[in-house]
Amino acid sequence: MKLDAIKAWFRQASFYAEEAYHAPYRSAIARAQREQDDLFMLLVFSEMMGVPNPASYYTLELQPILLERFHDWHQRMGMEHSPLDHFRCC
Amino acid sequence: MNAVFLMLMGLGAMALGYFVYSKFICEKIFKVDPNFRTPAHELQDGVDYVPTNKYILWGHHFTSVAGAAPILGPAIAVIWGWVPAFLWVVFGTIFFAGVHDAGAIWASSRNKARSIGALTGDIVGNRARSIFMIVIFLVLLMVNAVFAVVIANQLINFPSAPLPVWGAIVVALIIGQLIYRKVIGLLMVTVLGVSALYAMIYLGPMLPFSLPAETMLGLSDRQSWIVLLFVYAAIASLLPVWVLLQPRDYINGIQLFIGLGLLYGAVLIASPDVVAPAFNTEVPEGTPSLIPLLFVTIACGAISGFHGLVASGTTSKQLDKEPDVRFVGYFGAVGEGALALAAIIAVSAGFATLADWQAIYHNFGEGGVAAFIRGGANILQQGLGLDTVMAQTLLTVMVVLFAGTTMDTGLRLQRYIFQEWGSIYRIGWMQKTLPATLLAVGCCLLLAFGAGGDGAGGMLIWPLFGTTNQLLAGLTLLVITVMLVKLGRPMWYTLAPLLFLLCMTTLGLLIQLKSFYDNEDWFLFTLDIIILAAAILVILESSSALTKQIKANKAVVDKS
Repeated sequence: MKLDAIKAWFRQASFYAEEAYHAPYRSAIARAQREQDDLFMLLVFSEMMGVPNPASYYTLELQPILLERFHDWHQRMGMEHSPLDHFRCC
Repeated sequence: MNAVFLMLMGLGAMALGYFVYSKFICEKIFKVDPNFRTPAHELQDGVDYVPTNKYILWGHHFTSVAGAAPILGPAIAVIWGWVPAFLWVVFGTIFFAGVHDAGAIWASSRNKARSIGALTGDIVGNRARSIFMIVIFLVLLMVNAVFAVVIANQLINFPSAPLPVWGAIVVALIIGQLIYRKVIGLLMVTVLGVSALYAMIYLGPMLPFSLPAETMLGLSDRQSWIVLLFVYAAIASLLPVWVLLQPRDYINGIQLFIGLGLLYGAVLIASPDVVAPAFNTEVPEGTPSLIPLLFVTIACGAISGFHGLVASGTTSKQLDKEPDVRFVGYFGAVGEGALALAAIIAVSAGFATLADWQAIYHNFGEGGVAAFIRGGANILQQGLGLDTVMAQTLLTVMVVLFAGTTMDTGLRLQRYIFQEWGSIYRIGWMQKTLPATLLAVGCCLLLAFGAGGDGAGGMLIWPLFGTTNQLLAGLTLLVITVMLVKLGRPMWYTLAPLLFLLCMTTLGLLIQLKSFYDNEDWFLFTLDIIILAAAILVILESSSALTKQIKANKAVVDKS
């Protein structure tokens, strides 16, 4: 019983420590991550926008996986609708 | 007068402020609504808008706003005696800072968590927004310059400090990697990191280090430290935040709580007598008059505009429920007030006799952080039996780590401002990271050395920093007041502090202007004029925005 109480206390303390460490910088780090992801999106979809990409043979495979993020991405890049004629999004 | 009494009185009054006044302000004036959907929920995106536990948010808010400034200000201001400093810190916290901080979070959360800068543009006007940008830039510039001088002074005053101070950076770098790579759990890392830091504090007195009085390039030791600090800050501000800033901030937060606990604990055990005069009737020659300079010398700890930036920039985006405003904002200000109070007790009760105290406070601007470290160390020695040199090292590390992190953050923000200006005015090179950082460092160095040849004059800027910081607070209070008028609520609870601040700031600027003119200090004279111009613009904007809003309200009432 006592051991459980200690474990619970420990879990609680860990939670607060983790939050105290990460909460202040969560947004700065997430933003940096998003910037890198955005660049990656551009690389993957570059061929479709007429920018030649020597790695397109490989990135083509990733397109279905990244499709979920496509809408958010083009909106974030300042384009209200999908920039691709043959590739409808919204 | 016993320091324990002072402590209980101060903490008691602030607690009363929290339990009674903040309840009134939040429930009757701001009318916080538990059912209001805060921006953290409405715009939740996992990046900026994240609902956060109120205790965590309080910790984040408190550690972001508390730094070296609430120690430095009171430690200088005690020169007028401890009563004025004590009263301003306690009443400032209750009626000014708490309302300002909570109000800033409230105003921001009611406006989709926009920053106070953006709100100034929306609610007051675009001109006010431009003034806001300039004032922020000046605040950052001055805080960086002053803190560099303060750190350099402590590194020279206490040769036991350089080892733990610079060692802390190594510890932070290692902690950052351990956590990033998830090598071991955070609690374990915390224990190891803090132990390593305290081990270095223990070793510091055994391995003292001082720079030679004349170093390479003909710079004095203080100048060399200042340059080294800016080199560090420039590099640190270019690193991704998780590498150094994040772990450093975390350690600082822990240090803050340990330091506060130790100091208040030691005061309770040692119960030293206050030796400083209640009102200093024999102030050294050249000390400016108490009114208005007290109110700009103690900025952080009584009211600080910088808090509004933190409150509206990050805190409001993470607010889970609107009533949390009271705990996070108001109690955050109370935390900072408690730190300022600890500084007052350390510098007024940490010396054995009045003569000892007078020996330190023999000139305006003397004392400061060094007095806090010496006085605080004496109390720690009496109360907890710590070795005096080690206690001094401990407090030096606490203050210097704060100031260092502020420099890192401040330089980063200054770089963003330069980059923004670069993009507004289409200056290509200014938009790049490295040139913008170098420009920021250049400005700070210019100020640090321009104010006094060997950097000693850095302290002259402190009251100027205070005035600018109060102007910023004034702008935030203005935004809150205009919002309250718009909602048809009583405005005096924010308008009275606003008027008081504007009066004291303008008076303070005029008095300093005269002293810079008398001393033929043209550099600071110019800076003072710029800030004075900003102050006058703020006053004009305030009156026009308020009268416009009051008229608009009347028109609505007349129609109906």
